[in-house]
Amino acid sequence: MFRKILTAAVALLAAVAMPTHAEIKVLATTADWGALTSELGGDKVNVYTATSALQDVHQVNAKPSLVARTRTADLVVANGAELEIGWLPVLLQESGNPKIRPGSPGYFEAASAVRLIDVPTNVDRAMGDIHAQGNPHIQLDPRNIAAVAKALTARLASLDAGNAAYYQARGADFQSRWAAAMKGWDQKGAALKGAQVVVIHKDQAYLVRWLGLQQVAAIEPKPGVPPSAGHLAELVTKLSASPPRMILRNAYNEPKAAEWLSQRIEAPVVTLPFSVGGTREAKDLFGLFDDTLNRLLAVKP
Amino acid sequence: MGKVPFHVSVAACATAFLPSIGLAATDAEVQSLRDELARVKAEYAERMAKLEAQIAQLTPQAEVGATAAIETAVAAPAAPPAEAAAPAQVARSAATFNPAISLILAGNYTNLSNDPEDYAIQGFVPAGDEIGPGDRSFNLGESELTIAASIDPYFMGSLTAAITAENEIELEEAYFRTLALPEGFTLKGGQFFSSLGYLNEMHGHTWDFIDQPLVYQAFFGGQMAVQGLQLKWIAPLDFLVELGVESGNGDYFPGTRLSRNGLNGVVAYGHVGGDLGETLAWRTGISYVDLDAQDREFEDVNATGEDVLNAFTGSSKTWVVDAELKWTPVGDPRRQYLKLQGEYMQREEDGDLAYADSVQSLDGSYSSDQSGWYVQGVYQFLPRWRFGARYDSLDSGDTKIGLVQQGLLGVDDFPILVPGTPTRTSLMFDWSPSEFSRLRAQYAWDDAAEGPTDEQFFLQYIHALGAHGAHKF
Repeated sequence: MFRKILTAAVALLAAVAMPTHAEIKVLATTADWGALTSELGGDKVNVYTATSALQDVHQVNAKPSLVARTRTADLVVANGAELEIGWLPVLLQESGNPKIRPGSPGYFEAASAVRLIDVPTNVDRAMGDIHAQGNPHIQLDPRNIAAVAKALTARLASLDAGNAAYYQARGADFQSRWAAAMKGWDQKGAALKGAQVVVIHKDQAYLVRWLGLQQVAAIEPKPGVPPSAGHLAELVTKLSASPPRMILRNAYNEPKAAEWLSQRIEAPVVTLPFSVGGTREAKDLFGLFDDTLNRLLAVKP
Repeated sequence: MGKVPFHVSVAACATAFLPSIGLAATDAEVQSLRDELARVKAEYAERMAKLEAQIAQLTPQAEVGATAAIETAVAAPAAPPAEAAAPAQVARSAATFNPAISLILAGNYTNLSNDPEDYAIQGFVPAGDEIGPGDRSFNLGESELTIAASIDPYFMGSLTAAITAENEIELEEAYFRTLALPEGFTLKGGQFFSSLGYLNEMHGHTWDFIDQPLVYQAFFGGQMAVQGLQLKWIAPLDFLVELGVESGNGDYFPGTRLSRNGLNGVVAYGHVGGDLGETLAWRTGISYVDLDAQDREFEDVNATGEDVLNAFTGSSKTWVVDAELKWTPVGDPRRQYLKLQGEYMQREEDGDLAYADSVQSLDGSYSSDQSGWYVQGVYQFLPRWRFGARYDSLDSGDTKIGLVQQGLLGVDDFPILVPGTPTRTSLMFDWSPSEFSRLRAQYAWDDAAEGPTDEQFFLQYIHALGAHGAHKF
């Protein structure tokens, strides 16, 4: 019996073993890193994105299709800093693919290219859903995108050395377009400096820091802990006297709590794409920041 | 080097340097050197990028290389150095290599209309201690401790032990698993939950109901843990095709320890799965379990009311078919999902049944053909709130006992094996305050045993401490 099954397995392996493609197969964990890999890799990479902007990337199912995609990947582009801790380790382990194990050239973590903020000095689950390595939601600061792009270009060039010059040229092109775009965003964003905002979760922290917004409250009392009626009532009392300019909500967040608060403190809810694909306008990384700023600037102080 | 003869060293050095001189080098070698150089360059660039990024974040108003134009950008000076660097680096001490440790605390309150002492799954040979609804009133569940880590670049290891309320330590799993086999192969060895079916390899704290479906209780004593090896292969396709084979000492229900060398029994399985559009994920599979039993004993009460010991020796072959479907209407399983699953099992056993009471020992033939299935649905209608329903159905078939057919004993001498069609209906409702805690209520109408329906009510808590667990589909 054992031998029969083994023979069958080997036969099937031979049957499905595909002709080797020239392009690198990439599994990106989020839409942003998928978009960046496509920008940098062009037609030399084949990118599959594991999640959408409408999903909470903390909690994703390690579903069968993802196991299969991990199995065939030459490169995993992860966010890192524990964002995918609930599902990526299972995929890496189940896939039986040694190329993409953490520490190998086929495993890339965006967060390792930037300096994280909100690194806790003390971690305890009683504090909610906190991340020991720091806030992992790095994509909403364009300077982070530039830093990750630089590291990812280098990684693509080392993984696919034959096409190194191609990646370096694309990387340089992206960096110059990005720098130009950033200049525009910085000028536009200057009007937002000091604007008071209420956030839902700490995942807008990098945006808040980049634009110099002033976060006056968070709807979640602790990261990942939904607000109780009591907490919301407290927020109303606290914020009614001097309402913030706006309440920031990410496309993937449930709208209810933000809208409830909005009606009571007379501050509008601004829905931000948060990730590429979160709104119709946020088609790529450029669109992500264009749309984020447009939506923030649509609210008159 | 001291003991190597001089001429050998010269020769070795000459061989080592020759290709790089270029005279003898082929195009392929030149190309490989170029690739190598490109790789080294790229690695260097990546490292530089990382350092530059760190400097950029540390220096307010910084110009990052040739790229960033952030004169106006740095409204808030980037993270002060003390915030990040210091604590993270102190933590990298001897403890860095400690394995991940997680602990599950579970317990329940149980209310049963029938005495759990009388619980049985009619027509099925008792499959160990883990069948039935457990004891009445407050019960401490199994406290499950898992320790896992990479061993080296080639292996990882994991141990899960349950500490029972009776102060016993029950080893659930203790295995190594390869990390570096090529072509999608993974080898696992030690003791591990078999990958047969769908639910078999799930640990208790991830179940959607407080107890296992009746088919699992009747066919595998709850869960089958193999002591041996598992070889698994995943096909290089865009959807999941997973094939696996397991074998070991065979000492797990319905098999028993045999005094034989080599591989005793086999489990073979195949799973396929994928997505249907953005919102549906599916998986289905088929498994085959072939085991031998030698003197697999069970207690019964004969026609005169005397406790007797029966023992089965023979072969046991089981087929398992499983199917799962998960629907996430808004694409985000945290907000809403519906999960449907079902498994069907069919088993044939052939061999001898030995009977022994205080007067006589008899031996005759035995053959059975039994089957069972369950279907269940769990609906998360709001974040953190779930509702579920499950239906169990078994058919013991007509077990042929040689001693009865020959007229040596009567049907009454084997009351457990009197044919039955056990059923059970369960409803579940649970609330998970966070990813790490869950409180559950379950109500079941259990018709597994003869006699009146056992109405079962449970309240359960499950808490997870320590390392962040990651769960399978």
